[in-house]
Amino acid sequence: MSTPSSSSEITFHPQHTGGTKRIWKIFWVLSALTIIELGLGYFLYAQHGHLAYLVVISTKIVIGILTLMKAYYIVSVFMHLGDEVRNLIMTIVVPLVLFVWFIIAFLADGNSWKNLRNTNGGSRTYTEQEAAKPAPAAIEKGDKK
Amino acid sequence: MSTTTMPAGTKWWTGGKSPFNASYGKVMMWYFLMSDAFTFGAFLISYGTIRFSVNNWADPNHVFNAFPFAGHANLPLAFVSLMTFILIASSVTMVLAVHEGHNMNRKGVEKYMILTIIGGIAFLSCQAWEWTHLITGDHAVLVNGQVESWGTTMAKNPWGPEVMHNGQLISTPGPIAFGGYFFGITGFHGFHVLSGVVINIIMYIKTKLGHFDERGHYEMIEKAGLYWHFVDLVWVFVFLCFYLV
Repeated sequence: MSTPSSSSEITFHPQHTGGTKRIWKIFWVLSALTIIELGLGYFLYAQHGHLAYLVVISTKIVIGILTLMKAYYIVSVFMHLGDEVRNLIMTIVVPLVLFVWFIIAFLADGNSWKNLRNTNGGSRTYTEQEAAKPAPAAIEKGDKK
Repeated sequence: MSTTTMPAGTKWWTGGKSPFNASYGKVMMWYFLMSDAFTFGAFLISYGTIRFSVNNWADPNHVFNAFPFAGHANLPLAFVSLMTFILIASSVTMVLAVHEGHNMNRKGVEKYMILTIIGGIAFLSCQAWEWTHLITGDHAVLVNGQVESWGTTMAKNPWGPEVMHNGQLISTPGPIAFGGYFFGITGFHGFHVLSGVVINIIMYIKTKLGHFDERGHYEMIEKAGLYWHFVDLVWVFVFLCFYLV
């Protein structure tokens, strides 16, 4: 059945055909992705302290990629953005590319702060004991009831 | 599922028609959601920046390991998985409501809107339990040589690195930012869920009163659906940043 005219801004009315098969398929895809994420998260928990740094980081990156896949399916199918005309898709998606710069720049900044603090602005070398110490501000503020 | 039949080579920018082939309301809903995505993105990136700038952050598997009625059983990830599946399920019922709206099936829309509202309320209840558990749950912390009992709040973070004290391992205070970010971001998301539930209730009442049948289309259900799916979308990232990594 087709949607009756809802707005003069819609030049070509979409034909809403087909059943709910695609919706359920995406539901199972999202569930499977979530279960894989949970499995990887549990792997990190169970093996905590026994994994090489590189393994931990790459597992976290894989979890991040699975999350982006979930986001794609939600936006494209559940929000029907994939069924819209290209102009609308681009006006929404292109600005979000800013996030690439946003994430890289800020996380690098946070990391740089940590290194500066650990080495007192580069004036001493980093030690493991230094890393194990709680942040000074946390203790001071934690004291205040 | 929808397929749009439009002639190839349509000139979208020559005037006389919307280049987005969508109603004003729907386009504006998309722009609102885009700006909201930047708000949430800024919050989460700010959280990431602070987390990257300290040597020790709270381990989510230790903080979020409780389940209602399970006592002190150590169940990492369990409760938050339940919350995630509740939200995914309510997203599915929402998209089914939109689908019934396309078919002009009022009874179907009503049924799926009710299920979506129930899902939203279930999610909020879970969050209320989780917050209560964190704020009131006592956790032993070593503060200036004294053992104190702390909950997780905006001002206190009992999830710092563990040290040996009188022959046993005990937590020290962690970075104070943890509570602020956790309660701030999940609270902002929870408020979105709450307003989504209110919007869905209004849409349900309007469906029930036959407003959309009179109007001849169920586009309002689609717009409410966009907002609801966005809330689910944000949770996917909150779930990633706070609970998984």
